[in-house]
Amino acid sequence: MSWTLTEQDLYDLTTGAGILGTGGGGNPYLGYLHVRELLRSGARITVMSASTLQETDLICPVGGIGAPTISIERLPNGGEYLGALRTVEAAWGRRVSHVSSIEIGGANALRPLVVAAQAGLPLVDGDGMGRAFPELQMCTFAIADLPITPIALQDVRGNSLLIQQVVNARWAEQIARAATVAMGGSAAMALFCLSAPDYRGTAITGTVSLAVRLGRVVRRARESHQDPLAAILALLPARHLFTGKVVDVERRTVRGFARGRVVLADGAQRIGIDFQNEYLIARDMQSGEALATVPDLICLVHPETGEPLTTEVLRYGSQVAAIAVAAPGPLKSPAALAMVGPQAFGYPDPYRPLPGDLRTAAAEERVA
Amino acid sequence: MQDVRLGVDVGGTNTDAVVLDGSGRVLAKAKTPTTADVTTGIARAIDMVLAAGVPATAISAAMLGTTQCINAILERQHLGRVGVVRLGAPATLAIPPLVDWPEDLRALVGRASYVVAGGFEFDGREISPLDEARLRAVGQELSGQVDAIALSSVFSPVNSEHERRAAAILREAVGEHIPISLSHEIGSLGLLERENATVLNAALMQVIQLAVEAFQSAIVRHGIVANLFLTQNDGTLMALDYALHYPILTVASGPTNSIRGAAYLSGLRDAVVVDVGGTTTDIGALRHGFPRQAAVAIALGGVRTNFRMPDLLSIALGGGSIVRAGGNGVSVGPRSVGYQLTTAARIFGGDTLTMTDIAVAAGMSYLGDPGRVRDLAPDLVEQARDTALRLLAQGIDRVKTSSVAVPVIAVGGGSIMIPDRLPGVAVIVRPEHFDCANAIGAAIAQVSGEVDRVWHLEGQSRESILAEAREMAREKAGRAGADPDTLELIECEEIPLAYLPGNAVRLRVKVAGWLKLPGRERGER
Repeated sequence: MSWTLTEQDLYDLTTGAGILGTGGGGNPYLGYLHVRELLRSGARITVMSASTLQETDLICPVGGIGAPTISIERLPNGGEYLGALRTVEAAWGRRVSHVSSIEIGGANALRPLVVAAQAGLPLVDGDGMGRAFPELQMCTFAIADLPITPIALQDVRGNSLLIQQVVNARWAEQIARAATVAMGGSAAMALFCLSAPDYRGTAITGTVSLAVRLGRVVRRARESHQDPLAAILALLPARHLFTGKVVDVERRTVRGFARGRVVLADGAQRIGIDFQNEYLIARDMQSGEALATVPDLICLVHPETGEPLTTEVLRYGSQVAAIAVAAPGPLKSPAALAMVGPQAFGYPDPYRPLPGDLRTAAAEERVA
Repeated sequence: MQDVRLGVDVGGTNTDAVVLDGSGRVLAKAKTPTTADVTTGIARAIDMVLAAGVPATAISAAMLGTTQCINAILERQHLGRVGVVRLGAPATLAIPPLVDWPEDLRALVGRASYVVAGGFEFDGREISPLDEARLRAVGQELSGQVDAIALSSVFSPVNSEHERRAAAILREAVGEHIPISLSHEIGSLGLLERENATVLNAALMQVIQLAVEAFQSAIVRHGIVANLFLTQNDGTLMALDYALHYPILTVASGPTNSIRGAAYLSGLRDAVVVDVGGTTTDIGALRHGFPRQAAVAIALGGVRTNFRMPDLLSIALGGGSIVRAGGNGVSVGPRSVGYQLTTAARIFGGDTLTMTDIAVAAGMSYLGDPGRVRDLAPDLVEQARDTALRLLAQGIDRVKTSSVAVPVIAVGGGSIMIPDRLPGVAVIVRPEHFDCANAIGAAIAQVSGEVDRVWHLEGQSRESILAEAREMAREKAGRAGADPDTLELIECEEIPLAYLPGNAVRLRVKVAGWLKLPGRERGER
């Protein structure tokens, strides 16, 4: 199964990736413009189902690392993503056959498309998170203990760095993060080159087409004056948590991450949502009970437009609808929860999974 | 009589003028149709207020609120050709300037764009040294080809040195008469949005020039010798010579003035303002005496900018909304008789049933000839009224920021249809002069200064940085004409930058104070 990405698909993918970004992951709009320029100058992007991979294929996830606030100011050169891919290929001593997203939520949904367009490589319909997470070890490839190296980083000037060996993905995260700061706070990254069986065995497949469909139902609801929230809930294994107004936003920086809490109110009812770049845990403020916890996706959208709301744009008084989406199964194992469960982010709460599995919605792998 | 202020609001339909005395009392007001040349309408409105007995010589300050700049963008009229120069290569090349503009506007405005080596990193390092030789060549190419230049640079809100140096180089090539807009003076972080706003600003140079001249000539024609100001998006003033450089800062001044005027007339600082016009109702929130700003990127004529603008909800309900009885009950709007209200409505002798007729039939207002609506079925009147009230109540509920009942300030000519009680509303305040709230908002506008940039907390305390930011904002406000003794902090926002060491934060600090006028007492409104 394969399909060609149209400009309309790209637009819808951007909206869908924003929603799956769970408040973080960086704004995908700039990536949208970048890829749209490439499409308009004649590039063609093919998206292929993971089921079509051949045994000899080599799949390389490509993305960006860094602070979203840097990415909106120091825009990319355009060549850094392909540069990082070439560095990884040189280290492997062989050509990559497919690129993939490592993180379907936020800006990293769009970045592999840049390489797909420039190198003429197909994009595999899948990713390593099914959402957005702040650190490299928080993906299914790392949870499955697949080798993260060689890792290539490249900045806007063409400075390139190859990390050949690390003890584990957490070390990779720390080293790459430090290098990224030296590179000006954001960099392109290629890592985790995977064989076809490894990709099929660990990736959350079908998430690219799912994000396109998600963006599309929101757009169509908006165009026909239907309820975009209802459209999202019909597509995803999700639950509507709350609709209300932002009555408080508290932000602070802890170990380099934007942490905080947003409180939504509707009448006497209040829920608080804690975030660390992404929204992580939603609580009833009266009882203190957790309504949804990471790794389930907590997504905030504008109740009338379905437009995803990142943590940066939340302001006192904004209207917000909060929904929770069941995480993909591979994020729910004990090994996964050690990396991405509530306790991995410092919360005492146990993970109380929502019924369902994001993979059910993603399994269709269709865009029409 | 001294220290009299004249506020003028040029709207799409009407030009309003008000005159306020030194203590802020309304001495005279006028409403007259806006004219194509603008000046005639302004002059007529000034004629009317002077005829009410205000001596022209008593006016010491005159403030203009105008929609000419936003209309020029929306209608693609009178815009200049802009040369766009961005400093940032090799960064930013992936997304060239103007890529996200609507094609018609880009064809009109964006004649040529360049990305030149230069710009800074978040921490102040250079991305590349500024390519001065290339800039000279660009200057030669642009010379004689464009009406204005827009300059942007990566992280110029953190370090503006390259933008300023590049402006000097381009200035040598294109000459003194070509205006150059610098992005660090226009917007905040977010290169594309800041650059877009800078290009729009450059494109509006002739529009603002004409608006300012129209205002000046109407003022001079009446023998008024006063300091002249324009009102900007945030409800504060710019001196005229400052406004000539920053026309983009006037694009949202209309709704802002009406919210500020409502605040002033009612004496409230926190409330919901409902401005009912002929066709639409704008609902905005007043917080600490200023309009609440929208959080998300605002598109102007299809161009994304990062301007902070009033967060307004517009609903299709006004005094001219057409009322219809049909199979599914009674409908109100969205169609309106608009500016034809005074001839089309029943009470004014017409045959179209409008919300104004309903308001009169329901006894909420005494206008026109009530006898012409006496035959309306009580059911119809009640249902139409209930429909309008439901729309209003829903709108107010969406805008207000707390679940407790809030005060609502009703302004605008159509606000007579608002009843004395609405669900979720503590009290409905109907200030005197409610029909000229926008011109009053212009007359009472304050002067502000704003700082928005990234700071590093390493080796400095948070308090010292906040104090430094406040001082910079105060200096900016002083340069814009504020009385330093009246400056107050009106906004202080701190955004920690994720992932960066050394506790980098983005601070947005804004102060506002009363305009420094000769012979005026301090702290007085």
